[in-house]
Amino acid sequence: MSITVLNPGLLTTVQDQGRIGYQQFGVSVSGVMDPRSAALANILAGCGQGEAVLECTMMGPQLQFDKGNVIAITGGDLGPTLDGKAIPNYQAVAVKAGQVLKFTAPKAGCRAFIAFTGGLDIPVTMGSRSTYMKAKIGGYQGRKLEKGDVIGFRAPVDTLPRMEDRVLSPEFVPKPVYTLRVVMGPQDDYFTDSGIDTFLSQTYTVTPEFDRMGCRLDGPAIAHKEGGDIISDGIAFGAIQVPSAGTPIIMLGDRQTTGGYTKIATVITADFRILAQLKAGDKVQFVKVPVEYAQGLLLAQRSALKALSRINA
Amino acid sequence: MADVRFLLTGDTSVCVEFGNEISEPINAQIRAFNIALSKSDIPGIVETVPTYRSLMVHYDPEVIRYALLMDKLKGLLGQLDKITIPPSEVLEIPVLYGGEEMGPDLKFVAEHAGKTEEEVIKIHTSTEYLIYMLGFTPGFTYLGGMDESIATPRLKTPRVKIPAGSVGIAGSQTGVYPIDSPGGWQLIGRTPVRMYDASRETPILPQAGQYIKFYAIDQGEFDKIAAQEAAGGYAVKRHPRKEGGK
Repeated sequence: MSITVLNPGLLTTVQDQGRIGYQQFGVSVSGVMDPRSAALANILAGCGQGEAVLECTMMGPQLQFDKGNVIAITGGDLGPTLDGKAIPNYQAVAVKAGQVLKFTAPKAGCRAFIAFTGGLDIPVTMGSRSTYMKAKIGGYQGRKLEKGDVIGFRAPVDTLPRMEDRVLSPEFVPKPVYTLRVVMGPQDDYFTDSGIDTFLSQTYTVTPEFDRMGCRLDGPAIAHKEGGDIISDGIAFGAIQVPSAGTPIIMLGDRQTTGGYTKIATVITADFRILAQLKAGDKVQFVKVPVEYAQGLLLAQRSALKALSRINA
Repeated sequence: MADVRFLLTGDTSVCVEFGNEISEPINAQIRAFNIALSKSDIPGIVETVPTYRSLMVHYDPEVIRYALLMDKLKGLLGQLDKITIPPSEVLEIPVLYGGEEMGPDLKFVAEHAGKTEEEVIKIHTSTEYLIYMLGFTPGFTYLGGMDESIATPRLKTPRVKIPAGSVGIAGSQTGVYPIDSPGGWQLIGRTPVRMYDASRETPILPQAGQYIKFYAIDQGEFDKIAAQEAAGGYAVKRHPRKEGGK
């Protein structure tokens, strides 16, 4: 009833839509870096949108299926194969007992999400199956997967109804420069006009300092009026921190719940699917949009997901 | 409430900022607003995060859009003085002070303050410390109100592993390590109470807006409470805070 990890890849963790309601106690939200792609994988695999998936980073894992099940992989293209033969992303695939899922190399993007029909047999901790590595909470023993780990399926199947319809077009397209749309604030008034102008007009480069906590960028320094320190307050997913040195850090799933640096803007939720696929060397530009516009885009994404979910009704 | 500011923190949350300093009256307003919000009929609130001087309100824009939420939050602020806010709770946290294992730095803190170890313990246990907020790690409390006379700089070289329950001093801050972690605080004692236990129904004991009062125990009491915690739970003594504290 399970999969065995033959090779864990670079960083493979169990994640769902995050641990909600515990930030007031200092517990990070965690959760998938791209909630939309994870939801799509789950819909294709016949699961609820928020079911826990395996989030794979750059070099995907090698998994042996001790029991057959249906899977779907979305997000970036990390080159999935089954028993050595390429299999498509964004499509439900029936895997037989004994087969081995292996990722060859990243072809587009950085993170892939594997959904398993019926979900993974991972205990729920504080309302979530997400792994919060720093505090060793949730997921598989609170850590990333390692060689020899065995994860059970809760309700595996040999096939799903309408298998031929469970196909979507891959969404992530590599670009020379990515645009991330942002809502300005909460501390945009701590920056000079020319600092704001720098932030919105210049190109920033993703550095190798990019983990589940945050993504450090390199580029022209963003000028503060006085400095980059504030009395600590809450931090949203996608918040763009600018410490006194002036180079931005985008805060992600495993971010600390509070922090004492100025935050110039926040990446809009609809663009997390791009943010999650960035890797070292990628170029980024920021474009500001009104909050009402950002919410309109998010709601449109959500209705599209609801429409797709009807295949499981 | 004239100074309250609403800051945009993206498309699914707002930060309600009550001031720009660390003070008990500002923190009390945040607590009152948070309680009022939880009792209100405003739909779509996902979770709230109180910090030193602001309340971050996470919401679902599918249920309530930004403009309507702003109207509702401003309306709630206007009614704040009409809502009865219960007094804060004081958590009584037992601490075994001093000794090589539990409080290896108590001697140094006492020397630094020019006091005896007993005097440091007396000062440390005489204050109700406000929990301004939690953060850094699960269950880590940012406490205010420590007597400056026992303030002590951090260790020059941080320890690699500090056991959960350790009570320390860093500058004019004091607090409890909820989980094993590295750190540079001067360790003056340890509590057998589990500030964090993932297996409990309420995994994290302290809440922002409560107060912590430490009291000294001996090894016998420490072992007794530790055994109760291991067996499924020690009920921490708690009482409503009296006006003005003490």
